[in-house]
Amino acid sequence: MNSRAHVDAPHPHQTNYVAIWAVLCVLLGVSVVGPMAGIRFLTLITAFGIAIVKAYLVCRHFMHLRIEKTWVVYILGFMLALMLVFFGGVAPDVLTHEGLQWRKTYVEPTAPGGER
Amino acid sequence: MSGAAQPVHRDAGFIRTYLWSTDHKVIAMQYLFTGMLMALIGGFAVYVFRMQLAFPGESVPLFGRVSAGQYNALVTMHGTIMIFWVAMPVLLAAFGNFLIPLMLGCDDMVFPKVNRLSYQIFLLSAVVLVASFFVPGGAFGGAWTAYPPLSANATYNLTQHGATLWVVAVALEFVAFLLGGINFVTTAMNSRAPGMRMFDVPIVVWMIVIASILFMASVGPLIAGAVMLVFDQLLGTGFYDPGTGGDPILWQHLFWFFGHPEVYVVLLPAMGIVAEVIPVFSRKKLFGYRTIVYTAVATGVISFFVWAHHQFVAGIDPRMASLFTITTLIISVPIAEMVFCYIATLYGGSITLSTPMLWALAFVAEFLLGGVTGIFLGAAGADIYLHDTYFVLAHFHYTFFPIAIIGAFAGITFWFPKMFGRMMDERLGKIHFWVTIVAFNVIFIPLFLTGAAGDHRRIFDYSGFPDLATPGLQSLRITATMGLVALLAIQPVFVVNFIRSMVRGPIAEANPWRANTLEWSAASPPPHGNFAELPEVYRGPYEYSPEDRDEDFWPQHVPDVSPAEAAGIGGVR
Amino acid sequence: MTSRPIATTRSVMEVPTGRLAMWWVLASETVVFGGLLGSYVMMRLRHGAWADEAANTSTWAGAFNTLVLLTSSLSAVLAHQAAERGDGAKAARLLRYTMLGGVVFLLVKAFEWRHEIAEGFTITSGLFWSFYYTAAGLHAAHVLAGMIALFIVSRTAARSAELHRVENVGIYWHFVDVVWIFLFPLLYIAK
Repeated sequence: MNSRAHVDAPHPHQTNYVAIWAVLCVLLGVSVVGPMAGIRFLTLITAFGIAIVKAYLVCRHFMHLRIEKTWVVYILGFMLALMLVFFGGVAPDVLTHEGLQWRKTYVEPTAPGGER
Repeated sequence: MSGAAQPVHRDAGFIRTYLWSTDHKVIAMQYLFTGMLMALIGGFAVYVFRMQLAFPGESVPLFGRVSAGQYNALVTMHGTIMIFWVAMPVLLAAFGNFLIPLMLGCDDMVFPKVNRLSYQIFLLSAVVLVASFFVPGGAFGGAWTAYPPLSANATYNLTQHGATLWVVAVALEFVAFLLGGINFVTTAMNSRAPGMRMFDVPIVVWMIVIASILFMASVGPLIAGAVMLVFDQLLGTGFYDPGTGGDPILWQHLFWFFGHPEVYVVLLPAMGIVAEVIPVFSRKKLFGYRTIVYTAVATGVISFFVWAHHQFVAGIDPRMASLFTITTLIISVPIAEMVFCYIATLYGGSITLSTPMLWALAFVAEFLLGGVTGIFLGAAGADIYLHDTYFVLAHFHYTFFPIAIIGAFAGITFWFPKMFGRMMDERLGKIHFWVTIVAFNVIFIPLFLTGAAGDHRRIFDYSGFPDLATPGLQSLRITATMGLVALLAIQPVFVVNFIRSMVRGPIAEANPWRANTLEWSAASPPPHGNFAELPEVYRGPYEYSPEDRDEDFWPQHVPDVSPAEAAGIGGVR
Repeated sequence: MTSRPIATTRSVMEVPTGRLAMWWVLASETVVFGGLLGSYVMMRLRHGAWADEAANTSTWAGAFNTLVLLTSSLSAVLAHQAAERGDGAKAARLLRYTMLGGVVFLLVKAFEWRHEIAEGFTITSGLFWSFYYTAAGLHAAHVLAGMIALFIVSRTAARSAELHRVENVGIYWHFVDVVWIFLFPLLYIAK
């Protein structure tokens, strides 16, 4: 029943999983430290940019998408693309604060008293 | 590797055979019967509220006086049940489960126990939904689209428990179909018979697989949205409440991002069933197999780009409305192409007007009407007037009725011999067909007219609308209701035909329709394991009236033998 | 008990059936979390003041949990490696470490939430918190389900049976990890 019989030999380039993990940990550290600087642009890059890189590493090396059939990657990519379509189609409405005949009246509350 | 069927099991009891089975054919029947039972409930609901509309304020036989709150619950339940608990289980789950392993030449689905679990979750969802009729406040009355704040706030919808049970039932149904869909897609991709290339797969299997993928891809945001709605209902969160910074339009988008692909989720299997029936009863090869597959995929992809045409008057960004108009008009093209292919298949064929064929032809004709009326609604400008009128309702019944009812009857009458080993009665079948079709049109043509005249949807009593409470419009409403009564009255003919044939109809041979696809090479009904010897495939599924052959059909599993070899000259293959 | 059907043993697409099914599971989960997180991002962009609310989350708890999940992903992929070599006992042990990671994750989350609730930040304290608990809660439910699956697979793997399942359950676990990789900046860092 082992349909991967033809791939029984170890992968041509045996991945060093511990090394990947170490890289992930370093990236985690950067993404925590970066926002502490308080610069918005830097926060975006370190927090979200690094998240994308980390996810890419996990998908490629831990999930073995690197050696998986390409169409599997396309299926997953299609789902992600749909989420962009969803965002693109909905954001113009959710992000709008006023239109031709209406205005957002909701007032953001000031931060609650509890300080950290 | 073709092998013998499963060894004979010790005699399993009733429970193991019919209620706890992992056999895909049994599970298919479970879905089919549950769906048909739920159709009774959905049909009763529409009977009651249409009687209220035809004879406002009068006591409805078998129900009593209809209150405004009950009216809301009835229309909500009718819509919800017919889509999620009739169309989907019958078209997708029942036919998918029954046909996919048989048509692909394998012995079951790849995950039989997950398959059984998916039905059990589905059954639970049906129980939860029916239970909602009996809780204090009654069934949910916020329309099948469940827009907040009406659906989130019990002080508005007055059906607090019903509202939550409704969301839970729908969520459970989604989980069931996700599990089932993964089974279908994986089986279709991986378990095909040796020799069956991708374009040798019957169209109905393609359609069910594409529909399952569409469902999978579109339902996610709504599951997220449903969780948010339940929290709004139960915990007092404000995801959709402008007062807390939420947005009710967000729900609409989450709902319709799924809601629009959902109609193709049910349309594609119905079109697949029609694609199987037409070649058999035209004795002609299906025209444009690859075109049909590619256009089905294209329809599926485009269906993700049209959803906000349900929200043209909800206050969405007008620029988005223009965009969605364009995409909505575009999507009619691939679907039209599929219909053209079916018509081209008929052209020059040797037509037999059997009951399944009548249903298939009626599907094409009626769905066409539904489709073209959708064009008006897809144009944002016209929709400003037509939105929320009965014009919309008539449009989507001219699409949904062919899908869920006509398509289902086509499939049931066509595959009944395979499912039960007996033939249905053709005369009863034709009586049932003609009365159903005529009655269907008598219901909905008047509703196009009342809708164009301005009849709003979801109105319990038009006496508050002087422009609409006219004798002319009321007579149209009464006509529609009478059509419905006739439609419901003739359905027992089908039930009698079904049961009588199942019990003592003429015994069916393996291939009574002389068709090509693999299921017809199994016994009628197929045993556990389906095939005495698992078939191998040598050609596509639609080789009808092939040249240079005596028979007018050429089943997929029959090996290629040249006339010389058949005569014994030269080596045997 | 029904034995495995012949259907399950075929793999026309040259991807083993179990793994193929798991990819479809991931595909459907992607759109669930995508819908939820997409909605959150939109709402977050609409309400600039949420940054102040988010300041009350514990970045250290979030970061620690990220580390825990990354490490459990490591043990999951090492379990797969062991399974490929036929070493069922080692694979089972590594899967149990992965489960342990899940336990630690959920414990940290429990403490975190208890602290936040005690400070008055409940699911109804504001829309940010509604999203916070819903998104992290949905994720936590998937962690829990994953732990149950890991447990079941480790039991059969210990007997060196059904070793292909180690990879498949690992793929699911990596997905849970990836979702958290995005949840962490979305809920904790962006302040």
